[in-house]
Amino acid sequence: MSTWRRVTNLFRVNGLNREIDEELQSHVAEAIANGRDPEEARRAFGSSLRHREASRDVRVGVWLDSLRSDAIFGLRQLRKNKIASIAAVLSLGLAIGSCMAAFRLIDAVLLRPLPVANADRLYEAPRHAVLKNESFTYNSWSYPLFKEIRAGVKEQAELIAASDSEPMDLTYKSDQDVERAQVQYVSGWMFPSFGLRPKLGRLLSENDNVQPGGHPFAVLSEDYWKSRFGEDPSAVGRTFRMGDRVYEIVGVIDGKFTGTEPGKMVDIFIPVMMHPGVTANDWGWLRTLVILKPGAAEEPVRAKMEVITRTLETQRMNGATDSMPQDVRDAFLNQQVWLEPAASGASDLRTGTRRPLAILGVLVILVLLIACANVANLMTAQASARAREMALRVSIGGGRWRLVQLVLVQSACMALLAAALGALFAWWAAPFVVGMINPPDNPARLLLPADWRVLGFGMVTALGVTLLFGLLPALRASAVNPVSALKGGEDPHARRRLMHSLIGVQVAFCFLVLFVASLFVATFERLSHVQTGFSAKGVLALDTVAKHAQPLEYWTQLVDNLRHLQGVEAVGMSDAPLLSGGNWSNFISVDGNPPNGISTCMRRVSPGWIDTLHIPLLDGRDFLPQDSQPGSVLVNQAFADAYFDGKSPVGRRFDIVFSGNSHMHVQAVGMVGNVRYSDLRQPFVPQLYLPFRIVGDDGKVQDMGGAELLVRTSNPNPILLAQFLRDQVPRGRPEFRVSRIRTQSEIILSHTVRERLLATLAVFFSVVALLLAGIGLYGVLHYYVMQRRREIGIRIAVGAGAANIARIVTTDAFVVLLIGSLAGLVLGMASARFMEVLFYQVKASDPAILVLPAAILFAVTLLASIPAVIRAVRIDPASMLRVE
Amino acid sequence: MPPKSDALQGSLDLLVLKILSRRSPLHGYAIMSAIQDISAEVLRVEEGSLYPALHRMEEAGWIRAQWVTKESGRRARVYELTAAGRKQLGAEESRWKAVAAAVNRVLREA
Repeated sequence: MSTWRRVTNLFRVNGLNREIDEELQSHVAEAIANGRDPEEARRAFGSSLRHREASRDVRVGVWLDSLRSDAIFGLRQLRKNKIASIAAVLSLGLAIGSCMAAFRLIDAVLLRPLPVANADRLYEAPRHAVLKNESFTYNSWSYPLFKEIRAGVKEQAELIAASDSEPMDLTYKSDQDVERAQVQYVSGWMFPSFGLRPKLGRLLSENDNVQPGGHPFAVLSEDYWKSRFGEDPSAVGRTFRMGDRVYEIVGVIDGKFTGTEPGKMVDIFIPVMMHPGVTANDWGWLRTLVILKPGAAEEPVRAKMEVITRTLETQRMNGATDSMPQDVRDAFLNQQVWLEPAASGASDLRTGTRRPLAILGVLVILVLLIACANVANLMTAQASARAREMALRVSIGGGRWRLVQLVLVQSACMALLAAALGALFAWWAAPFVVGMINPPDNPARLLLPADWRVLGFGMVTALGVTLLFGLLPALRASAVNPVSALKGGEDPHARRRLMHSLIGVQVAFCFLVLFVASLFVATFERLSHVQTGFSAKGVLALDTVAKHAQPLEYWTQLVDNLRHLQGVEAVGMSDAPLLSGGNWSNFISVDGNPPNGISTCMRRVSPGWIDTLHIPLLDGRDFLPQDSQPGSVLVNQAFADAYFDGKSPVGRRFDIVFSGNSHMHVQAVGMVGNVRYSDLRQPFVPQLYLPFRIVGDDGKVQDMGGAELLVRTSNPNPILLAQFLRDQVPRGRPEFRVSRIRTQSEIILSHTVRERLLATLAVFFSVVALLLAGIGLYGVLHYYVMQRRREIGIRIAVGAGAANIARIVTTDAFVVLLIGSLAGLVLGMASARFMEVLFYQVKASDPAILVLPAAILFAVTLLASIPAVIRAVRIDPASMLRVE
Repeated sequence: MPPKSDALQGSLDLLVLKILSRRSPLHGYAIMSAIQDISAEVLRVEEGSLYPALHRMEEAGWIRAQWVTKESGRRARVYELTAAGRKQLGAEESRWKAVAAAVNRVLREA
């Protein structure tokens, strides 16, 4: 209580002084009233200032008071050296801000627990297999398998099925008002298991998890309810159409829960029973989340899940594993189930960005350290200017710790100012970076609240930074020897050594940042110039759906109609656009031999598709309208290489082996050029194209519910045609509808989002680091010349040339540059191994990659030393010697 | 925790606490006059040490201060004893008695 009052008194010192004065005056008045001589009473009292001091010390606490006066003094010092202080605060602010922004991202993606009960007991169960010494992790499970595993571990754990959320088109009123919402399919019992409560209506439960297709209910997230319905309670009970079904909104979640994937904020939750793949045992579409029951151990649950998985997967393959190549079969049969803690959720963003975010964090810390070294140098230089002041303080009795406190408080003032600036920067930068990670079509949405975690992190950073850059100069300044300092001379070398080593550290870190940046830039550069094998220019991809499955002729008519529109050059149809991530592959058996272990990626395309994408036809012919499945296929060059020793397979017959060991006999009618199938980084894979005309066992052609229409336009900016095409598609038959339009270029670009982000940020940080290092070098050289101007003056007087002087001034700087660069190089080579997976056709030992940072650093050093050299050469020996 | 105080300060604290235990609340001047009157002008308290002592004891929580407005319209700061102060008074008194007895013994027997 008393300590607290001292602290509060600290901030009302003036009021306190007045109070003390008033009390003393009332005393004197009382004395006079009692008949004492006014003069005498006042004299007896002595100096009121002295009383005030004595009483104030008691009531405020000496230490706190000194802290306050140090802070005021520190701020005054900062104001005195305006330019230097602004430079220091800005550079620190930028660095602290980058740190805070990086922390906000890392916290949102990796650290912050989901707002659910049991987050600490929440795990994700991915599967893991090793094939040809490469390990594969896959997160997707089929629902029948999930159901069996859940039943198997019921005693120890609750399992939750959750699909990856997807943006879906839905309509609340007419079919023309399509809007988009993020939808996730979840087990009904997820809500009670997570301890979630409804704000309105009800949430889903076990009862919504019984009949496939029988629970057309939806639960909204509170966030979506607020933004879409403006908190209208009548939202509950409304219906919407999604795909070919109508769903009823039954409730709104209370609280911040927006799904189990950080990076995606789910608007609408739907029971898994409504997913089209809920009964298919060969369609993996859900993630398995595990909540361990209290007291249950992790390992037995994992082992049990693994046993059930292996048994059921073997059963499912129904003997097909026998015809698999040995290593593939081993990998399949020995698949492992892992349990990974998922307190903060499970998503691709999480696994995909863990390493980039870690690297980003390290880069940011390096920049922060560079900024700290800079400010430390600045403070050291300042301290030398203040050596006399310090010496005076020591001689009139200032204790060492008192002086350390003085300098540290000044550092803290600077750090706090910088932290405030940094907070502003982070507030702007974090959402900006999230915006950059996004494929434009499917934005990642992160909750980035400026809560106590961020605040705490900022405070800790500011404090750590204060100690980092303030302590050394503070100790040094306080170690001043009053006699020598007041006489005007002290050992200048010690200070210079400190400054040089700080510059060395800066150079090393700067080199490291530049090195990493050039690796990422080279990776991005190489990835964005990868040959895709087709032309994306002017191509639009229209996800087109029909309310009910339509005969193939109708789809063909639709394609023909579009083809004749103004501005359209060609139209093709496929099941999914290239490089959109969809992956469908099977083995091939030639001449009745068992498959050779190389799988073929499949795509279904219409006649004219290869022309639309400008894929060259190497041999044979394109599909004709009458080509059907089973029967004709197209293959690519890589297919010929993999199964026919590079000879054209046109006219040859072979079998496609589907899972479950069913074969389909087909004949290649054409061979086309290689294209990237699902990943830019992968080499070209064998590919096979099937026709859309699927003839069933009864001889009838199957109807189709949806397809991807690829439209090549003559417009260099094809997205301008989007609305026009959206309107044209339902014109012929109102059953057809475009659910989403992307450009093919944008689909390709989304593959390099991570690389672009890393490259951009790394370049940004390099520029900051270079700027800081340049300023630091300039400051040190400037200080150096100032200190040695007497000596330089004498040298000039006795006839030293400009070159000679320049050499004297800059030799040390270049030695430091050399040592720092070498250290940076060693650090860079050591850290490159950690980042290797993120590189594409780039090696850390690439000479260009090594030379570039060194050259840039050299140039910056040269630039930074020019002003100091000019100043040194211009020293006028006559006036310099006269001053002395 | 009472601060270490020299003998003079110790006795000043004791006197102030004792006065306040008899009649309170009192302002600074009244405390000073009371000590002077009761000790028949033998003990004189310096203003310069009285107020820091009062403020120190206030911070220590032995006494409590309050602003009052007197009939003359002038504000005065009056002090009264707290429970902690009463305990402190007991401790100070017994210490004083011990010291006084010891001094007496030395005077008697030396």
